[in-house]
Amino acid sequence: MIMQLTVFLENSEGRLSALCRTLADAGINMSALTIAESSDYGIVRIICDNVFHAVDVLEDAGFRATKTKVLAVELPDRPGSLAELLEALDTTKVNIEYGYCFLANGDTVIDVLKIKPEDRAVAEKAISGAGFKLLHWDDISA
Amino acid sequence: MKKPQDILTMPREQLEAIQLAGVKKTMIACYENVPFYRDLFDRAGFDPYAAETLDDLKNAPFTTKQDLRDNYPYGLFAVPMSEIREIHMSSGTTGVATVGGYTEHDLEIWSDCFARGIWYADGGAHDVAHICYGYGLFTGGLGAHYGCEQAGCTTIPMSAGNTERQIRVLREMGSTILCCTPSYAMHIADTALSMGIDPKKAFHLRAGIHGAEAFSDNFRAELERKLDYKVLDVYGLTETMGPGVAIECMEQQGLHLAEDHFVAEIIDPDTGEVLPDGEWGELVLTTVDREATPVVRYRTRDITRIIPGQCPCGRTHRRIDRLHGRTDDMLIIRGVNVFPSQIEDVMKTFPQVASWYQIELTRKDHLDAVTLKAEVDPSFDFDQMSAIEQLQKDISAKLKTALSVGIRVRLVEPKSIPRSEGKAKRVIDLRGDDR
Repeated sequence: MIMQLTVFLENSEGRLSALCRTLADAGINMSALTIAESSDYGIVRIICDNVFHAVDVLEDAGFRATKTKVLAVELPDRPGSLAELLEALDTTKVNIEYGYCFLANGDTVIDVLKIKPEDRAVAEKAISGAGFKLLHWDDISA
Repeated sequence: MKKPQDILTMPREQLEAIQLAGVKKTMIACYENVPFYRDLFDRAGFDPYAAETLDDLKNAPFTTKQDLRDNYPYGLFAVPMSEIREIHMSSGTTGVATVGGYTEHDLEIWSDCFARGIWYADGGAHDVAHICYGYGLFTGGLGAHYGCEQAGCTTIPMSAGNTERQIRVLREMGSTILCCTPSYAMHIADTALSMGIDPKKAFHLRAGIHGAEAFSDNFRAELERKLDYKVLDVYGLTETMGPGVAIECMEQQGLHLAEDHFVAEIIDPDTGEVLPDGEWGELVLTTVDREATPVVRYRTRDITRIIPGQCPCGRTHRRIDRLHGRTDDMLIIRGVNVFPSQIEDVMKTFPQVASWYQIELTRKDHLDAVTLKAEVDPSFDFDQMSAIEQLQKDISAKLKTALSVGIRVRLVEPKSIPRSEGKAKRVIDLRGDDR
């Protein structure tokens, strides 16, 4: 399980840029950033180092930011690896709320999955049971 | 019957003499017949018998909508009930409605005031007036009706609604003058166009007397283009009479006050100080010859100004500018009165949003659109889109139940709603900027 940084942003010019500038000035490095958007607002989900600090910095700058616990799984960078991971979860009936992937280095990708807190233990067991490596947040915010 | 042109072009001194005599009578009638005014004047140390010039009116205390509400229903009537011919009420969906009473004489004044709109449009016996203001307690319908009758028009009491029938009657009955709200006029025009009828060709309109809501110059231009007629703005309020307190003439450079019936002042809404002509402020009205429900220095909460100088039309009655908004915060959304306090009550039941909110009123396709912006509270887990959508829906549903008006809820970032010094700016009304 790792900590994701979640930021509520207005869907207007300059907000994403201001968010990134604030993180940059705080020396925070991002590994992944994804945006779920509606016409009015966006939810920005970020994997970065020093999430706790990032939340403080953003709140101080007037952003609405929070930490969200998500599962992160390391997968080989080849066709079918995500399908295999999801098939391992199929049997558990656990519903994935959202997810995204990012490239970690040359030959591994990290798949981020948001699972309801009450389902997390079951999901983690199924994932490790199928031989996938679950990351701890120390693995990322090194 | 008085000849309207004589009154409307009367020299200022003569007009002011009528005003002074009338205002003195009004103040004394209020003091002697209405306990509320006796008490109000006594407490303010104001002697209604001592007024000698119009300027002395400045010493009289103001009256407000709250005073009218407090004295519901008949507390402000200055004549016995046997003299009252008619009652009208403002729509009060919450709280108490305000009541206007009319004697025979008051109905004559009202007819005369609204008829001026028809006269301004050079209208009369050769006109067919189509009235689709709502008839009933609302002063719009019957006020326009009496005025059109007074001016000698053939008067068609359509009332509001059933737009296709309105269109049929406008085509077939040869209506030349249209009386309704500007938004309804636009709705009629647009509906006709969508039915494949070009109202410019199919209708026979010359003039429209439109009021009861503020509308922009662009909106007026569009109406005139679509309906090929001239739009005259009419102002009025139940508390002092109804539509006809002021109406535009064909110059369309402001609304001529019926100064032989109303004395207007413009005040600074914060200090109550009377402002010179030309400056924007709150319109304050004193009736000159209302019998049933006279008012002394009634604060209308409408923002306008006295336009300095004389109108090119030559009439001596001064003009107020087209309304700029209202000082109070009661909103009229699609005809429903909404008080911000009601919205606040609903917001308080949602801890997921901060108490700071703002209402934005816009007009889209000629209908009022309301957006409520609320700031996300740190305690709300906004990580999921569905949670945000659900919260917006829940707030919206609860508002709909409480207010009977559909309001779109939009969650926004903290501190994104501007904070103003002192009083919160809860309402942004952009309806005047239509198109």
